[in-house]
Amino acid sequence: MYHSFDVVIVGAGGAGLRAALELGQLGSVAVLSKLYPTRSHTGAAQGGIGAALGNSEEDLWEWHMFDTVKGGDYLTDQNAAEILTREAVETVYELEHWGLPFDRTADGKIAQRPFGGHTHHFGQGAVRRSCYAADRTGHMILQTLYQQCVRNNVQFFDEYHVLDLLIHEGVVCGLVAYHILTGEIHTFRAKAVLFATGGMGRMFKITSNAHALTGDGPAIALRHGVPMQDLEFFQFHPTGIRGMGILITEAVRGEGGILLNNEGERFMERYSPTLLDLAPRDIVSRAIYLEEKAGRGINGQDYVNLDASHLGREVVEAKIPDIADFCKTYLGIDPAVDPMPVQPTAHYAMGGIPTDVDGRVLMDEQNTPLPGFYAAGECACVSVHGANRLGTNSLVDIVVFGRRAGRDIARFIAQNDFTPLPADSESRAREEVERLLHSSGGESVADIRRELQAVMMDNVGVFRIEPQMQAALERVHQLQERYERISLQDKGATFNTELLEAIELGYLLDLAELTAASALAREESRGAHSREDYPERDDENWLKHTLAYRTGTGVELRYKPVSITRFQPKPRTY
Amino acid sequence: MQVTLKIQRFNPEVDDKPHWKEYTVDVERTDRLLDALHQVKWHQDGTLAFRRSCAHGVCGSDAMTINSVNRLACKVLMADLGSRVTIEPLRGFPIIKDLVVDMEPFFDKYRSIKPYLINYDPPPPAERYQDAEDRARIDDTTKCILCGACTSSCPSFWGNPEYVGPAAIVQAHRFIFDSRDQGANERLEILNDRNGVWRCRTIFNCVGACPREIDVTRAIGEVKKLLLFNRMV
Repeated sequence: MYHSFDVVIVGAGGAGLRAALELGQLGSVAVLSKLYPTRSHTGAAQGGIGAALGNSEEDLWEWHMFDTVKGGDYLTDQNAAEILTREAVETVYELEHWGLPFDRTADGKIAQRPFGGHTHHFGQGAVRRSCYAADRTGHMILQTLYQQCVRNNVQFFDEYHVLDLLIHEGVVCGLVAYHILTGEIHTFRAKAVLFATGGMGRMFKITSNAHALTGDGPAIALRHGVPMQDLEFFQFHPTGIRGMGILITEAVRGEGGILLNNEGERFMERYSPTLLDLAPRDIVSRAIYLEEKAGRGINGQDYVNLDASHLGREVVEAKIPDIADFCKTYLGIDPAVDPMPVQPTAHYAMGGIPTDVDGRVLMDEQNTPLPGFYAAGECACVSVHGANRLGTNSLVDIVVFGRRAGRDIARFIAQNDFTPLPADSESRAREEVERLLHSSGGESVADIRRELQAVMMDNVGVFRIEPQMQAALERVHQLQERYERISLQDKGATFNTELLEAIELGYLLDLAELTAASALAREESRGAHSREDYPERDDENWLKHTLAYRTGTGVELRYKPVSITRFQPKPRTY
Repeated sequence: MQVTLKIQRFNPEVDDKPHWKEYTVDVERTDRLLDALHQVKWHQDGTLAFRRSCAHGVCGSDAMTINSVNRLACKVLMADLGSRVTIEPLRGFPIIKDLVVDMEPFFDKYRSIKPYLINYDPPPPAERYQDAEDRARIDDTTKCILCGACTSSCPSFWGNPEYVGPAAIVQAHRFIFDSRDQGANERLEILNDRNGVWRCRTIFNCVGACPREIDVTRAIGEVKKLLLFNRMV
């Protein structure tokens, strides 16, 4: 099947939907999603969206910008962080105008609460900046954006899995997708393509990420010579439900919850005297690991307790009702009474497809754009999160940069014509599908994936050291070889999810390889990248972004400078 | 513990009609049913088809009929299901393959009730104000994740697939009772249709089916009352 649209957007989470709304009637737009749009993982975000509205106390976007830069351990591009935090305010109002049911203050304004790493007066103390709707803020954002898309008659292609990007003479001209219902291959011709495919957390064993988060967009871009920026920075959220990885929002701590070790000690007092339990996530995750290593995990095991029992039932039921529901369902406990067993869970890729502040994909250290190609949201790296993202900033990222990408795409499609499709545009996608369906090597997708997730969790996790990362890289290479010999039982065309899982595993393997290689090369500790063999941040040699390419002979690493406009790097303490 | 999963299978490429197939899995009591389904798919029978994504009850992908009750496979633990579990696709929707049903008719009905804020006034430079009490009025119905468990559990819907169904009414309620919305009359007109709210016979199946614990029948009742006594201006 063949389609033609001015713009094709892949991914129907916050970034993709927000971009689609910005394009409005300015061109014909198709939004592809491998799920139904309302299943996208934006809906799992809990605690809030950060914006310096100042509804409960004084706040300035400059403070938010500073926090974002410092939170990112100065790897954040400051030109982008300025845009993020300035435009956060108007995009939050815009969501409210579209009907987002925020919680309210006593005087009817959007309610705000404290969140990790968000401070007033450049680090003086915690500030109420997270705009929230109980602990289901992401759900409300996703629903609100989808509602507006329904209102604006945005054309969706639900349950289409992207397989390939089409490039002709250096210009992106469309993509190829697999219709999950029928197994048909579809070509979409387009003047511009936006990837908004979300995260890649499924490369790790314990993760808060949905099964769908397999880095589809980044991996496909990578296969066309686009580098991946800063993949070594992967956020481990400190409070996932032990063993399951299900997220327990930072809002629990924003509302006053505290972390306790096996001695009942509020150990964050030792790691972060000012912000305590509301220190940024990288710091809290490391603290939890160090407590466990020192034998102070609960019962000497690999978890600590998150205690919200002193907040009272009313606060728990009003402010974190879904958390209470998860605890009841999966643990059989009541957070108004019992402590929650938590451990770090793989949560968010700071890195991804390199873009400028208008979502244009950049190919190299000279910031050369690939015309017609855009990325936004978690799959992109602007970079506003630097080496460690602050809580609430992912939701800001998707609406601010989804909107900006939409605006620039509108300009681009007005100024440019369609580029002819390359000959045999579907051949690469068809070959991949046919090869996977007919391969008979006997290897199992589930086994390879399980081994990948285990080695990434153990060897490229919260703390890292050279021999372990080296071993992980070698292991990933072995798994890539085995991947060539997988066999599937389902050879059918209708809703063949076994085939899709195989395709997704191929994406994860490539991205894991680059993650391990980028981490191995960076000989310093910064933000979420914490090396036991290089425990200090090294601005002299490493205040720069990684660009990882996949070449015929392996991984090639290049580097590009960080934008520093207002805040010179300083030691990072909280 | 060992559990037998009795799963309704249907592959339109080879089967004339659905049939049952049994699988034995070894699971922990704290495993989700979704984990057990993955065990089958990943280690026994790769052809089994079902939808899933978030795996913790917020995305709404994996609603199915489990021991005759509509639930999310990721939100029910094996300890609560016994040693023999019967799993069927959601009732009332066309089956695509195995546990995957066609959700298009469901989303068509959702779209039919104008599921978006309607407000004809120009927005203020900052947020519109809303009292906390007004916000509380829509707290329950804004939780809906469109999983389809309620609509598919409704005997009135089984009897008449044209019935708009509880999920669409919940979504309409979310806007009708939002103090910022001005589209109540437009939606009430749609719901006053012969296939609208009056098809609800207060059977309450939807309330038991909702994984978000929304009081669906109450929401429908509030819409009915508004239609009968107190048409909004």
